[in-house]
Amino acid sequence: MRKVILLAACTMWLTTTANAGTLDNVRARGHLKCGINTGLVGFASPNDQGVWRGFDVDFCRAVAAALFGDATKVKYTNLTGKTRFTALRSGEIDLLSRNTTWTFSRDTDLQLTFVGVNYYDGQGFMATKKLGVKSAKDLNGASICIQTGTTTELNLADYFRVNRMTYQSVPIETSSEALSNYLAGRCDVYTTDASGLAATRAATDSPAAHMVLPEIISKEPLGPVVRQGDDQWADVVRWTLNALIAAEEFDIGSTNVEKMSREAKNPEVRRLLGTEELQGRSALGLSKTWAIDIISQVGNYGEIFARNLGKDTPLGIARGLNAQWKDGGLMYAPPFR
Amino acid sequence: MPPKASRAPRSLWRDKALRAIALQVLVIVAVFAAAAWLIGNVAANFAALDKTFGFGFLWELPANYDINQKLIDYNNQNTHLRAALVGLINTALVGVVGIILATVLGFFVGAMRLSDNWLVSRLAYFYVEFTRNTPVLLLILLWHGILINTLPHPRQAISLGDSFFLSNRGFYVPRPVFDTGFSVAGAVLAAGLLGIWLVHRQGRRAREVTTKNQRVYRYGMVLIIGLAVVVYAAAGAQITVERPLLRGFNFQGGLTLIPEFVALTWALAFYTSGFIAENVRAGILAIDRGQTDAARALGLTRRRTMKLVILPQAMRVIIPPLTSSYLDLIKNSSLAIAIGYMDLVATLGGITLNQTGREMEAMLLVMLVYLTISLTLAGFMNWYNRRVRLVGQ
Repeated sequence: MRKVILLAACTMWLTTTANAGTLDNVRARGHLKCGINTGLVGFASPNDQGVWRGFDVDFCRAVAAALFGDATKVKYTNLTGKTRFTALRSGEIDLLSRNTTWTFSRDTDLQLTFVGVNYYDGQGFMATKKLGVKSAKDLNGASICIQTGTTTELNLADYFRVNRMTYQSVPIETSSEALSNYLAGRCDVYTTDASGLAATRAATDSPAAHMVLPEIISKEPLGPVVRQGDDQWADVVRWTLNALIAAEEFDIGSTNVEKMSREAKNPEVRRLLGTEELQGRSALGLSKTWAIDIISQVGNYGEIFARNLGKDTPLGIARGLNAQWKDGGLMYAPPFR
Repeated sequence: MPPKASRAPRSLWRDKALRAIALQVLVIVAVFAAAAWLIGNVAANFAALDKTFGFGFLWELPANYDINQKLIDYNNQNTHLRAALVGLINTALVGVVGIILATVLGFFVGAMRLSDNWLVSRLAYFYVEFTRNTPVLLLILLWHGILINTLPHPRQAISLGDSFFLSNRGFYVPRPVFDTGFSVAGAVLAAGLLGIWLVHRQGRRAREVTTKNQRVYRYGMVLIIGLAVVVYAAAGAQITVERPLLRGFNFQGGLTLIPEFVALTWALAFYTSGFIAENVRAGILAIDRGQTDAARALGLTRRRTMKLVILPQAMRVIIPPLTSSYLDLIKNSSLAIAIGYMDLVATLGGITLNQTGREMEAMLLVMLVYLTISLTLAGFMNWYNRRVRLVGQ
């Protein structure tokens, strides 16, 4: 009997700890487990049909398209700023695509791997126009709503310490709670990444009554995150991101991708779209049409940005730093060679 | 005595004693195997993640975050340990104030519930059914929502005599500022109180012998407090008051009760008082009606009947479930994070955990602290229970 129990214990032990080969696990499971925001307009929010949509959601869909040729094979897990890393490291999700800032400590001490940057952001402040504040330097003594478990919390402490100002923090868990506290007047100012401010402002009844202060007090490079120590899986996610960025650079979009795959002359485009062999692709277990699947189903980086965050959305965010490098931005994909 | 019948050797499985032992051994083995599996699993996962187990992060790293309610000095350059301590004190504050409020409310409502007045007892009945049949998290969110949505902005704060202010950023009250003479006077007062307690105890013993009431307590109190005041005045000291003043965005100075603290404490007290009221009712009803009749027949007033005859006996019934209510209140206070009150779970089990990635260590510590608080409280209540039991008999 004792042996049976020990044996049972050992088997369970083995099954629960064998999670090194994420790629194989995801393939065997047949869908991707992706961690996203609990609700942030433009990045991850449910649409009229209750389907999750947004900039971060589209990245999950792109990875699913690359792996399965089907962008719908994703199961989403909604995570707060506090629960996201635990969920990733415990294997509850395969990929974290949730406005997550790449920092030294997270990369090293928290043992995460940031595969790249898909949104260059910075921390800002939003206040009602009624308050009459023109600059973040005027905020001495203010009450500030802030999401706990984020880098913004730490930046805020630094900023006020350096500028010898005091503040009352009002910590909250999600952006919807932040909005309700801010609108109730519990805090004078809401601070988070500028993109999040744009999303929150768009979600108010009268966006014109609120203003984002001019100061951006930090660098917030946001990107997809995987567990450290699984290079193969990190490669799949990293090159999905690069494929999205490169596709925009080469003007390959969801409407012309089929045509390009047949007619393109540029050797790099031909390698990306599988018209010519791309060395190492099959070793990663990607199909010949992986990039076509991504672009035709999800679009290129520019299309994703325009659809979720761009000028024609309620957020109306300009490309700015997130433009292609040839347009003066920071989006730059390494070559497909 | 007839000789024991020689028993035929039975199969092991049919021997009752042996079977009992075998079962217990099996259970123990199963428990140990489960524990070993859990620990092994953790160890294996730690190894797989290349993680180490240790508490160094508590004092090696600065916390880097601010806390909005701190009863001890703290800034974001202090260690995570200090931050956890601030959180623990915040938890304790909610626990102590909440328990006092819940007890007062609970005893009051419990007594109301037994009132002969129909309206009063109905009101108490509705109060009890409402408080204990709504989820406590909902109550916390409800009270917080009410506070921040109905109270005005600091610039339109409701003011009482320009010293007390009510706003959705908190309740602001003047803060007494004491100077040097105060500590001397405080010491005199403390010594006096201790003295009066001893005298009072002596007096009670004397009463048991002489059956004569010794009225030392009341006069003694006046003397003691008077003496302290005289000493304080003689030391030439005075109390200045720091009043809250609206400066910029918020009130500065004075004492501030933030809405998160008020909402959490009040919601917990509100919720728990329903349970306590029922305990109190059960305790009082458990005492035979004849006790009241007898006390009244002896000429005791209604109040003294309750105080000297009913309550001391009822306490024996009330205390054990009261202990559970107190423990529940303390544990429920961990819901603080829902409204952003920075308690132990929000600091050590929240931000510190998140910034350092030490889930296992932080959670173990938080659990250990709660366990310690609960066991201490339970131990105290058990001691008190034993005491009132002796008095009651």
